[in-house]
Amino acid sequence: MNKCAERIFNGLVKENPTFVLMLGMCPTLAVTTSATNGIGMGLSTTAVLIMSNMLISMLRKIIPDSVRMPAFIVVVASFVTIVDFLLEGFVPSLYDSLGLYIPLIVVNCIILGRAESYASKNPVLPSIFDGIGMGLGFTVGLTCIGIVRELIGAGQIFGFQVMPDAYEPFTIFILAPGAFFVLACLVALQNKVKRNLAKKGKEVPKTAGCGEGCASCASKGICGGHLSGAGTVSEISSVTEKDADKTNEQEGV
Amino acid sequence: MQELLLIAVGTAFVNNVVLSQFLGICPFLGVSKNVKTAAGMGGAVVFVITIASFVTGVIYKFILGNPNIMGGELEYLNTIVFILVIAALVQFVEMFLKKSMQSLYNALGVYLPLITTNCAVLGVALTNVENGYGLLTGVVNGFATAFGFLVSIVLMAGIREKTEHNDVPESFKGTPIVLVTAGLMAIAFFGFSGLI
Repeated sequence: MNKCAERIFNGLVKENPTFVLMLGMCPTLAVTTSATNGIGMGLSTTAVLIMSNMLISMLRKIIPDSVRMPAFIVVVASFVTIVDFLLEGFVPSLYDSLGLYIPLIVVNCIILGRAESYASKNPVLPSIFDGIGMGLGFTVGLTCIGIVRELIGAGQIFGFQVMPDAYEPFTIFILAPGAFFVLACLVALQNKVKRNLAKKGKEVPKTAGCGEGCASCASKGICGGHLSGAGTVSEISSVTEKDADKTNEQEGV
Repeated sequence: MQELLLIAVGTAFVNNVVLSQFLGICPFLGVSKNVKTAAGMGGAVVFVITIASFVTGVIYKFILGNPNIMGGELEYLNTIVFILVIAALVQFVEMFLKKSMQSLYNALGVYLPLITTNCAVLGVALTNVENGYGLLTGVVNGFATAFGFLVSIVLMAGIREKTEHNDVPESFKGTPIVLVTAGLMAIAFFGFSGLI
């Protein structure tokens, strides 16, 4: 059981797919216009990941090495089709807002990556927990980005108004460019923390981001569920704009 | 004809595949360090997507969406069939180029294996089906999407070559500044939305 807990910790923190490995960037940027979409996408991916890890691990001794990639793709694509239909049937609103990105879970590098590097070499139970851990790590990453974008771009979190009425939402953050800016700031913050740690002579962890128990994660206040993070968020937004301005000036010159 | 032109301009610039659909972000960030490799990658993507949208279009028209086979209820197999066909197609194109078109292979060869995982290829195939595009419209849409990718990755590489020696804040070096650049490009591409 210890190993299972270790797999979950590994996926959530040590090798967090969004913040540390930077895998699956397409859905990360595309569907995080709101926190709800982020969670929906994350959980769909988690479901596919758990099922495919389980099946691939069961079949690992049967699938010949030379055709393993096509075999993995078929397994993953089948589960994606199932998830696609379940979402269409039971959560049509989410299905509409995620749209094309549900079938595209097939080409999400996290899933094939885990199948190749973990599930095809390990027994069933740890593989399932590896799927749960990685999936939850991805979900947390998407939800964090979704919350930041929804808060700045619409003044809401999960569809509830949290900003005072006087707050003028920066609509750009729920449009395409906002995704790039938010992710840029999250990665930059991660770099900064890494550098500070190195300066203090502390051993730099091999992996950064939420790897430091969320301490370095830009949305630490919010992803823990406390809304005290509002300060952090506005900080991020001001950083982003300042930086955007600066780059604009540079380009103008 | 006018309709085709509208679709082409719309997918290439207004709904740019990278900057507004977020498909193919990995090669966009990974292979955009200099203009030459970026152009190679873009060329390979144009090549593969155009062929792939033709092949998937044919398969959809005559097998999966054909009302005479299983009453046209095979559509649920779209995702599985398309991804397998694309993976096989990329391998096939690579072998074909290696054998019979050496010069083209030398220019594009190294990028071809990377393209299977480019979600733009599957994305185009699925969009074509979803929007009910016919064979010709589908191929035009595919070509235009890939052309949009080529334009944006070459532009990005050009900007990165210029900003390489700029005084970027320490924490923003590397990926973050590339992402900020992409965001600004996305804003610039909003300007095209008045075109159609």
